Amino acid sequence: MDTRTPEVYWILGSLLALVSLASLIGLLLRRRQPANPAIENLNARIRAWLVMILIGGGALLAGRIAVILLFACVSFLALREFVTQTPVRRADHSALFMCFFIALPVQYLLIGADKYGLFSIWIPVYGFLGLAVLAALFTDTTRFLDRTAATQWGLIVCVYCVSHIPALMTLQIPGYGNRAPLLMVFLVLITQASDILQYVWGKLFGRHPLVPAVSPSKTVEGLLGGVLSATLLGALLWRITPFKIWQAGVIALLIAVLGFLGGLVMSAIKRDRGIKDWSHLIEGHGGMLDRIDSLCFSAPVFFHLTRYFFGHT
Amino acid sequence: MIAGFIESLLIVSVRLLAGAQARWQGCGQSPEQRIYVANHTSHLDVVLLFSALPAALRRRTRPIAAAEYWTAGPLRRYLIHNIFRGVLIERDRSQLNPLEPAASALRQGDSLIFFPEGTRGPGEGLQPLKPGIFHLASWFPGVDIVPVWIDNSYRILPKGFAIPVPLLCSITFGTPLRCKAGQQQNEFLAEVRTALEALQPC
Repeated sequence: MDTRTPEVYWILGSLLALVSLASLIGLLLRRRQPANPAIENLNARIRAWLVMILIGGGALLAGRIAVILLFACVSFLALREFVTQTPVRRADHSALFMCFFIALPVQYLLIGADKYGLFSIWIPVYGFLGLAVLAALFTDTTRFLDRTAATQWGLIVCVYCVSHIPALMTLQIPGYGNRAPLLMVFLVLITQASDILQYVWGKLFGRHPLVPAVSPSKTVEGLLGGVLSATLLGALLWRITPFKIWQAGVIALLIAVLGFLGGLVMSAIKRDRGIKDWSHLIEGHGGMLDRIDSLCFSAPVFFHLTRYFFGHT
Repeated sequence: MIAGFIESLLIVSVRLLAGAQARWQGCGQSPEQRIYVANHTSHLDVVLLFSALPAALRRRTRPIAAAEYWTAGPLRRYLIHNIFRGVLIERDRSQLNPLEPAASALRQGDSLIFFPEGTRGPGEGLQPLKPGIFHLASWFPGVDIVPVWIDNSYRILPKGFAIPVPLLCSITFGTPLRCKAGQQQNEFLAEVRTALEALQPC
């Protein structure tokens, strides 16, 4: 298993070229219209993308352990944002401690040790039951189900789901050699490209709101344009995957749709809590969870489908 | 050197735990002398407020701390003297003027961090304010009183727990106020209270 295949260099190089081009356009736009908040926000987003590409690319080039550590940090930051918005009380302190300092590190250690039989159930079985038991031991029954469900949700979405991104590196696929890290690159590229493309299509052609009660910025045109162009991108990237070209397209379609649904569900939670963004961690984007909400849904499904249909079992 | 290192370590850890987003809402960062008046719900509050100040201001800002707590044990003594450069106040009224150390720090030109509730509260909301802040403000009518709301820190490290958990906190700085000539104690304390509560994120 190698994270430094020639394809990784090609993709990182292309991404950097793309961001440089975007920065240049952003600079020109700002020169034409100084102090336009929409353009300032665009530039902030582009800067943040550059930083994210550098961090992600740096981790890839540094190797497998660095990638696992990176996603452990992502989980930590996401869980911190999630827990902040949940109705946890004093009695949940120990449960939260378990989430951050035991469940999270163990999950990533298990992935590092390639223990599929454990990392695929550690949180859904032991974490789920353990958190409920801990909450009950502290005998505070006020809104018991709300609080327990919230910590369980946070752990599943921010740790379990996110951890399936680096877990892709553990997959053994016949004929794919040591290139499993490229599956991770494929997933992240398609999910994030689909997010951006939905945004762009929505801004350019968006007329009909899709689910105004949950997320007013999502439109039918944005969804269709974004998902279909992400599907096309996935098919074009088939060479870095173990899939045939039509399979790559179908899987990219699935990833894009799941990413959209992930964003939708997480928006519903934000609506419920009365917030617009999870935090202010990434300039122009909001919080960590705002950036990865689509990956939370696309990663586990992509992992398990790929493993079931293409992997050595 | 070692003290500087420990201070940075504390600030980095508290940022990791709490995010510690500083919002300069009612005033900007300024080297002029100030008394930062903050709500108090957690042991982390001093470090949180410190982490929100740029290093140059931090060096001239000293927290007011309860002597009986901070002189119990060598670790606490080291932290309060060498790291926080705290101003120790006796809470048991054994001194004629318990606020004298704070007044002397102000005369030297230092800024102060003051928790007007006098002790840690249980969480949401403010406890009654002690008159101490009124006395300081009336003795130094030319010093800006900056209200500061530290949000959420009680959930990181509630009273009675030793290990903190990560949660996002924010530190909001409000519009400075001063004690006007002839202003009564109750009136001034109510003004500080309103200013603090106005900073509470809803």
